[in-house]
Amino acid sequence: MSKLATEVAIAPDGAAKSETTVPVRTAAAERAEPRRATGAVARNDVLALVGAAIAAISTTVVVFGRLAPFDSTLGFAVFTYVVFLAIYMLLVSLEQPGPIVRDRLAMVFVHSLAFVALVALAVVVIYTLWRGVRALSHLNFFVQDMSNAGPLQPLTVGGVLHAMIGTLEQIAIALAITVPLGIVCAVFLAEIPGPFSRFVRTIVEAMTALPSIVAGLFIYASAILVLGLDKSGLAAALAISVMMLPIIIRAADVVIRLVPGTLREASYALGSSQWRTVWHVVLPTARSGLTTAVILGTARGIGETSPVLLTAGFTAQINADPTHDPQISLPLLVFDLVRRPDPVMWDRGFGAASVLLALVLLLFVTARVLGGRSAGQLSRGQRRRRRIGSYRDAVRIANRHATAKPADPVEVLDD
Amino acid sequence: MNANLGLADRLFRGGARAGGAAVLLIMLLVGAFLTFQALEALRVSGWSFVTTQAWDPEAHHFGIAGVLTGTVLIALVAISVSVPLAIGAALYISEYARGGFQRTLVSLVDLMAAIPSVVYGIWGLFLLQPHWLVSGTQGDGLPRWLATYFGWIPFLHVDGYDVNDPLASPTVFTASTLIAGIIVSMMVTPIICSITREVFSQAPVGEREGAYALGATRWGMIRMVVLPFARGGMIGATMLGLGRALGETIAVYLIISPVFVIQPHILQTGASSVSALIAQQVGFATDFGLSALMAAGLALFLLTLVVNFGASMIINRTRSGSVSEA
Repeated sequence: MSKLATEVAIAPDGAAKSETTVPVRTAAAERAEPRRATGAVARNDVLALVGAAIAAISTTVVVFGRLAPFDSTLGFAVFTYVVFLAIYMLLVSLEQPGPIVRDRLAMVFVHSLAFVALVALAVVVIYTLWRGVRALSHLNFFVQDMSNAGPLQPLTVGGVLHAMIGTLEQIAIALAITVPLGIVCAVFLAEIPGPFSRFVRTIVEAMTALPSIVAGLFIYASAILVLGLDKSGLAAALAISVMMLPIIIRAADVVIRLVPGTLREASYALGSSQWRTVWHVVLPTARSGLTTAVILGTARGIGETSPVLLTAGFTAQINADPTHDPQISLPLLVFDLVRRPDPVMWDRGFGAASVLLALVLLLFVTARVLGGRSAGQLSRGQRRRRRIGSYRDAVRIANRHATAKPADPVEVLDD
Repeated sequence: MNANLGLADRLFRGGARAGGAAVLLIMLLVGAFLTFQALEALRVSGWSFVTTQAWDPEAHHFGIAGVLTGTVLIALVAISVSVPLAIGAALYISEYARGGFQRTLVSLVDLMAAIPSVVYGIWGLFLLQPHWLVSGTQGDGLPRWLATYFGWIPFLHVDGYDVNDPLASPTVFTASTLIAGIIVSMMVTPIICSITREVFSQAPVGEREGAYALGATRWGMIRMVVLPFARGGMIGATMLGLGRALGETIAVYLIISPVFVIQPHILQTGASSVSALIAQQVGFATDFGLSALMAAGLALFLLTLVVNFGASMIINRTRSGSVSEA
């Protein structure tokens, strides 16, 4: 290519000709300028990090093993980290100016804080599941209740079925109360602004500060002591509802306010009423976000122990009737079991905690799969339904005018 | 727009208003009922309710000075552990992580917030306390080390602990404010982290690029653009976390052995919190005792209310807060 010194360019009209001179490249010139590495990771940085790490560990081993009377694991980790920072700073400052040294120090520091947070989360989840495996490996754990399982019975007797039934019934009742009420209230806050809705929003925000134990205390004193309700699943569900309602309203309010105003205005411009706009434009647009809000609220409600502690009562038997007699739930069972003095009960407690954790994880993954799309973005199925509906409209309009057939359906559907 | 409302619209507006009013009614009912029930006890105790360090409602000798101080101490320990952790993690997620990994981390933080508090509680009870912080017959770990070398600082002092006593029992270090605070910090971290991350990611791109164009390193850019922009959001998030830490019950109740006097030594056994007091006492409370517990619950609610409103005021008044939904 370098031998080609001239190129002929033809102008669009083909009349004028011009010549471009390309400088002749020699092999020497190409060698003289090596390609610059534009990647973010430089070899010296990696070497400095690895070198500092090895040096820090070695120094600490020497200090802890030979020189000083230290032996704690935490001390080892902290000492290693400090020595590592010092050596790394020294290595970087050998070839870089001050601002870059500070940049690297901050980078290492931020990375290690994030790492510690991640490890803490992993430890909590994995430790619970690991201790829970011993109880979970017996299938009776899922199909029996605790009525025959005393502290002397092995893990092959007893299970958490009664708590699973209780948790599902209580959260179902709580959702039946909070979802309609919460979404209607959120629609009110977002769609009918005014002094009254501002006041309601302030009160709802205040109620998110209500400690969950106080919500339980309220239901205990009002529903159980004054109204004479049993300590039961219903009372527990009411307590969970009082706690969940402000959470769901706030989350749903935020999601509904994210619906673009232009969509509402377009709907009004087409002559639809406010009710039609909310039902056919605002709520469908916010559906993904609303689902996420409800599911995350459910995850919060399902794991709450303190409101249930005062209102549900303890039982070792299956009680499918939420209106009478105590009905235990998973978090309450965990709380009850780990406070016993017997290790076999602790194992059952960790098993129940694992089931609870699995339930929360399941809800969480569901929320991520359903949600995650911002307002107005449609899934593939929704897009298909929209196209079919739009085609039907086209047919209807065409038939009304009775002039010609509409566009080919295949063409419309394959959009 | 309100001129020609059809019947459906009027029904809709009426229904929505009714929903809002119903929620308002429930919320006000909770507040009014608590206040009304608490009045009986408050009338008996008067102002001594906030100064008495005891809980004996039958003898009309009760107050929240001890438990409220304990609640605040646990929350402060939790905040001082979780704020650096949460802000570091938030900085990492918004400034260093990229692409799919960033989204995964955001989900993980949300997951951490959704884990039930009883799970954090049993983690603290079975792993953190006996194996990491107070292990072995001597109670080796961070609390003992702190008490040995920093015991001269008043709030790190431990009564009845003697470094030279080989038969010293580790139980003086268990069930302390510090351990309860560390467990609560695990629950507070994701809340602070997700709000601060949100605020960090809203720092204007133009200002970030301006800083880079002037030759700033990444840390220089963060220090000059992101952190000043997010200052209000960080303070607000911390206060929201504080509000959550104040109300936490189960994990604290599992760890501590409640005392009713002011316990300023955070390493020493015997901590207290209002919510643990309620959980412990409701079972055998008489009518008057229940009223006293309501008063304690109301005091806790007022405290979290002030903290939360303070937080939202700070968030709304700052530059980052006006665009974020915290």
